[in-house]
Amino acid sequence: MNSWQASPSFDEQRLLHDLHHTLPSQAPLKDFVHHNTLHALQHLPFNEAMVVAAREWGHRTYAPIEFFRKRWQTGEISKEQLDRAMRRLGFSEDELPALLNEPLPQLPPARVGSIRSQWKTDRRLNLDKYVHTRLFALIAGFLDQGVGIWRMQVANTGGLWSAVRAMESPGAGGVFQCKRARAYLNSHEQPDLRELLQELVQDESFWHAYLVDQAFAHPGWSGLVAHLERNPSGLMDRREVSLKDFIALELLMEWDALESMEGAHWGALRPVWPVPEGESRLRRHHRILACWQEAWEWTRYDQVLSGLDAERRQPVDRSKHKGMPADLAYQALFCIDDRECSIRRHLEAEQPAASTYGVAGFFQIDCTFQPASAHFATKCCPGPVTPTHRVTETNAAKRHVRDAHMSRHSHGLLGGWISAQGLGLAAAWRLAKNVLAPSDSPAMVRSEWHMDPEGTLHYWDGDPALEGAHGFTLDEAVNAMAVLLQSVGLVDGFAPVVYLMGHGASSVNNTHYAGYDCGACSGRSGSVNARVAAAMLNHPEVRLGLAGRGIRVPLSTWFIGGLHDTTRDAFFFYDAAIWPAFAQHVHDREWPGMQRALEANAVERARRFDGISKGQPARRIHAQVRQRAQRLFEPRPEWNHATNHLCLVGKRSASRNLFLDRTAFLHSYDAASDPDGALLAGILNAVVPVCGGINLEYYFSKVDNDRLGAGSKLPHNVVGLLGVANGMDGDLRTGLPLQMVNIHNPYRLLVVVDAPVARVERTLKAFPATLEWIENGWVHAVVREPDSGLFFRWEGNGFRRYEPEFTPPRSIRNWTNAFAGRRDSVEVLRKVEPLQSFAS
Amino acid sequence: MSAANLYDWVQASFFLALALPLLSMVLAQLIPERKERAIHWVVLGAALVQMFWTVGGVAAWLFHGGHAIDVPEFEVYGSDAYVFLIDLYFDKDSAAFLVVGSLLHALIIRYSSAYLHQEPGYRRYFVTVSLFYFGYVWTLLSGNFETLFIGWEVLGFSSFLLIAFYRTRYLPVRNAVKVFSIYRIGDVGILLAMWASHHLWHENVTFARLHNAQLVLAHLEGHSSEGLFISMALLVAASVKSAQGPFASWLPRAMEGPTPSSAIFYGSLAVHMGVFLLLRTAPFWEHQIPARILIGLIGLVTAILSFFTARVQSNIKSQIAYSSIVQIGLMFVELALGWHALVLLHAVGNAFLRSYQLLASPSIVSYRIRDQFYHHREEAPSSWSWIPENWRLHVQRRAMQEWHLDRVVSRMVFKPVKALGHRLDFLNGRNAVFVLLPLYGLGWSAWWVQEVLPSAVQAVLPALFAALAMALVFRAFTERQSPGVVWILVIMSHLWVALAVSLNEHFGFDHVAWYLSGIAGGAALGGWVLVQIKRQPNARYSLSTYQGQVVHAPVLHALFIPALLSVMGFPISLSFIGEDLIFSHIHANQPVLAALNAITFIFGGIALVRLYARLFLGPDARTPLGVPNRTA
Repeated sequence: MNSWQASPSFDEQRLLHDLHHTLPSQAPLKDFVHHNTLHALQHLPFNEAMVVAAREWGHRTYAPIEFFRKRWQTGEISKEQLDRAMRRLGFSEDELPALLNEPLPQLPPARVGSIRSQWKTDRRLNLDKYVHTRLFALIAGFLDQGVGIWRMQVANTGGLWSAVRAMESPGAGGVFQCKRARAYLNSHEQPDLRELLQELVQDESFWHAYLVDQAFAHPGWSGLVAHLERNPSGLMDRREVSLKDFIALELLMEWDALESMEGAHWGALRPVWPVPEGESRLRRHHRILACWQEAWEWTRYDQVLSGLDAERRQPVDRSKHKGMPADLAYQALFCIDDRECSIRRHLEAEQPAASTYGVAGFFQIDCTFQPASAHFATKCCPGPVTPTHRVTETNAAKRHVRDAHMSRHSHGLLGGWISAQGLGLAAAWRLAKNVLAPSDSPAMVRSEWHMDPEGTLHYWDGDPALEGAHGFTLDEAVNAMAVLLQSVGLVDGFAPVVYLMGHGASSVNNTHYAGYDCGACSGRSGSVNARVAAAMLNHPEVRLGLAGRGIRVPLSTWFIGGLHDTTRDAFFFYDAAIWPAFAQHVHDREWPGMQRALEANAVERARRFDGISKGQPARRIHAQVRQRAQRLFEPRPEWNHATNHLCLVGKRSASRNLFLDRTAFLHSYDAASDPDGALLAGILNAVVPVCGGINLEYYFSKVDNDRLGAGSKLPHNVVGLLGVANGMDGDLRTGLPLQMVNIHNPYRLLVVVDAPVARVERTLKAFPATLEWIENGWVHAVVREPDSGLFFRWEGNGFRRYEPEFTPPRSIRNWTNAFAGRRDSVEVLRKVEPLQSFAS
Repeated sequence: MSAANLYDWVQASFFLALALPLLSMVLAQLIPERKERAIHWVVLGAALVQMFWTVGGVAAWLFHGGHAIDVPEFEVYGSDAYVFLIDLYFDKDSAAFLVVGSLLHALIIRYSSAYLHQEPGYRRYFVTVSLFYFGYVWTLLSGNFETLFIGWEVLGFSSFLLIAFYRTRYLPVRNAVKVFSIYRIGDVGILLAMWASHHLWHENVTFARLHNAQLVLAHLEGHSSEGLFISMALLVAASVKSAQGPFASWLPRAMEGPTPSSAIFYGSLAVHMGVFLLLRTAPFWEHQIPARILIGLIGLVTAILSFFTARVQSNIKSQIAYSSIVQIGLMFVELALGWHALVLLHAVGNAFLRSYQLLASPSIVSYRIRDQFYHHREEAPSSWSWIPENWRLHVQRRAMQEWHLDRVVSRMVFKPVKALGHRLDFLNGRNAVFVLLPLYGLGWSAWWVQEVLPSAVQAVLPALFAALAMALVFRAFTERQSPGVVWILVIMSHLWVALAVSLNEHFGFDHVAWYLSGIAGGAALGGWVLVQIKRQPNARYSLSTYQGQVVHAPVLHALFIPALLSVMGFPISLSFIGEDLIFSHIHANQPVLAALNAITFIFGGIALVRLYARLFLGPDARTPLGVPNRTA
């Protein structure tokens, strides 16, 4: 990972490999999925990787020192934890002043860019000014998915290189200004990087570094090209594109720029290696920050562990609650998503006799979904899973309303003339209406538009509607449902109604909308998966199959598929027409409580929303929360995953009374029913990379919003429906916009597993890819033995006994007490008073 | 209501319309940065009062017949030979633009208060928007060229600030300087129009008087070339502000600020100011057939070229910008044809439509992807089909390159200036003062002895000195190292202009004093700030790249702005009146001298804004980590 390791000969394959590995790997907007921003460094220990990221690319990788010192002064970082962190990182006692008040050592400049910038320092030539605007316009025009009204003429003539050749060929005057560049293009069907570089940079040992500099001058575009080269299906309008063509094109443009600035006899760059400097300062700087990060994180983690410990020592016996019914009211499966953390709490508060479970929100339905009248199928399962099944929708309405104000005709001569006169005043009215009293518009994204609840879904293999695509066979369905139920430990004691709740989000004017939907459904709403899974579980033959595996679902149990809109706090339920009477009865009884829970959840979320007065009745607050999904001028329709930093794998009862403030991914797991650890392996292999990826993307977008995040979204400009840029001439921005991370606390993820420590360690060691996250400290892991209640923390190469700094959580009477009047992060709290009596 | 009453009422309204944005600007600046709610309410309150007042007032005015109103001049400065008059004027054109402006302004303020929540620079945004709106209203209400120019300058500088709102990133700052530079080219047009009309009318002609067709025709008779000169100067100014002709490419590049500011200013209000200028002066130029043909042609050619450019834009904001340019081109055609009512309707509709489209532009992703999801066709019906096949690629390529309009402007204007400036590269930070001051002394000695100089020499000296002033400004424009050199050169150029004009005509020394007094204070303050910056520990006191000093030296930055504005001749300082005064001493038969002075004035401003931007704005040059990419 050292860009200055000069090798005398240039290896094209190595270069392309390195670039593919290190460039930001972000899909086009419609498929936005969270991932570890610095995945390229994941093979290194976290703290070491942060040094490398700063040295090579100039990334800021920790919060600023002032951030930590302020928290030290307010007591948010405990003395004990700072001592522990200092010991762990090898600080001596007398180094304390360096941590507490001395200025941090000055940093050396980043290495990236230092070779190519010599054009400017040595030759006073600003190549970028000439090249970037043209290059970005070309690649954007070539890849454009539908902003441009006229598709680029030559886009479909092959790869990027041949498209540019085709553009250049007829007549005089083309993409290039100068003769030599044009001649090269005309005479080469395929570019040769060596030939191009030979002209530009004298010494071959600099080529690698030169091209790295070039790519990282616009990491957004280079990254997208690299991503699309490997995932061509990411485009609806297919294009052949390769990183090599893109590099060659830029090199040729540099030729062209040089010739037009310097004349025909420009000489190659004769770069020199900058003197490496400041490595020890760099390391010391980062070591101090790493120590603070550790102390700050573990102060928080230990509060959580104390809370879990308190729950275990003094369990609240719910069966003794006044008016508690003997039977379960209902069970509900939610996605592990941290946003479901609070709605589950409120549902349980409304209905103490309900049980909720957390599971990956695709409900084991790995499928592509083809909506009615659509030309494409979209993937609805976690990113790493390759879907093998198809779900097709028929008899459904199109979820697309045309809008004259967004029409391409308004951009023409005559069309524009008519639009300006005709639509102009209507636009004023709409704008006024949206500012004063927002309502739904065709421009918005709504969670429930993913699927038409009145439509029919086809998913059984052999169904003619699938048109030959592979559906689910009975065996596959039984398998999937068995895994689903077993992994959360729901294998007996079924309530009369079991809800399967997918989730999705709604917003308008939100380019990153896909990142707000269910991550386990590849950035789609989870409605299809929930509805299909519920239908399968209600299917008599599937139930028979399940019974064969020891899961006996009684006839008196019905599964209901549904959707939770996390932005508007609304529930939708599917296939009500075929619910049996008893299910309808239970649902009717529970629905008012659920509505109250949704309102309570909206009130809880509203504490983080500016502009909503908190003294109002819940119903009014809920209405204002809902409006955020409709307002054009609301950059934060919801906070999405902001503040996430926990992942609890275990029984719900272990954390049911803890207030974790929407920070925790919750996966249900019953260690007792999984002696061989097979289910645990499935869970950890899913939650560690998925939750870890989300967490680290938030982490890096927060600590370096300018380079690793997308910056403020307010000036963003949509390019080709692929990404966002600032202004017209900017590079694509990767990572998360500032408005998604304002309130995020950059803690790394802590995974807490309730299972025997030997089993967890064995499981992890069997899956090196998952282990890497934990072993290298990108994700922290703690195990709690269910029997002894002892904690173990992963350190070095295995779990070691860990003694948290126990601070018993403050007690509260109800959830509202936890956050009333609070706008900041709330500490771990524990609800101990008896719950409200059950109203039947 | 009697006519006299109405008159008083209108005057009061004018005052209110102009005072409110200024008031809200000052009040907002006084509120601490963190009190978002208070800032918002102050600015929104002013905007709402303004909106209701405007809409109500215009309705009442229409009810009373809608006759044009001219508010008598207010004399800012007067001497025997020269008066500087503020004149306000109101008619249906102002009314239409004012109503649109006040509605959009109020909506956008409300919109922005939530949109900019927690954004660093929240207060600065609202202060700048208020300043911009003040310039807008002022321009709409102005009744003569001098008054209009004040508004015009305010629009230019506040646009610069809004485009460079994200002042620690490279591209917004670069593009802000670029747009400001192009704006200044248009200002040359206004300055020259102002100068030429002094001579054509022998007074500060008011726009009200232009409506007297007989009067206009009488003045144009025998002076048709002067008339055409004025019209052309106005056309340049209008084309620049409305992104027509070769100036089109600034508009998409102005979209660097938060989307609502782009929507209201570059999507709607600012970009229609050129149309307004032509509407306002139509009674003057519509008697000149060549002017009308030229206006129509520029509009038509721009509309056609920008039509293609809009078709191939792959980013949404440029697409909307170019679509707006197409419509404004058509408005120029309508203007040339004399269809004024249609122009008004067209402008109002276009302003609202493009604002809305820009505001909703992030939605284009989900909207068009859904559209494609349901309506995608593998082989899209070729929209190119009506273009002959061998032309298609050509048109596409040219349109993607925006017809190289950028290069045209650069070659016509900036390249020659740079080439000339580089001739004087021997002037640097060490020697500038020692070379220029004695030379200047020599110049003044020519003034003392001018009586005895041969008349041929006397005739040449003003132009010679003015040319020297211009050369100094060009040198300042090309300076890439020393901020001090730029500062000194621009100030010296002012001194040479004063000298040149003093030699041109005998007039009281107080005129020169007026002119230079406005500059002196700013010059001293700015010089002091530059010295302080230079003395900072490990300062990078250079113009070779953007330094981002605003982060380290916010106070010095705040002090530098008034200094900059007064040396630029921005209408907060006496030097602004001085400029105009100096122009009044250039004779009708001296277009060269007038042009030299105008160019000096304009490029001095550009050089100073470059200096400001490079020294104070841009990515922080002193922090190695977390600095935004230059392409970001």
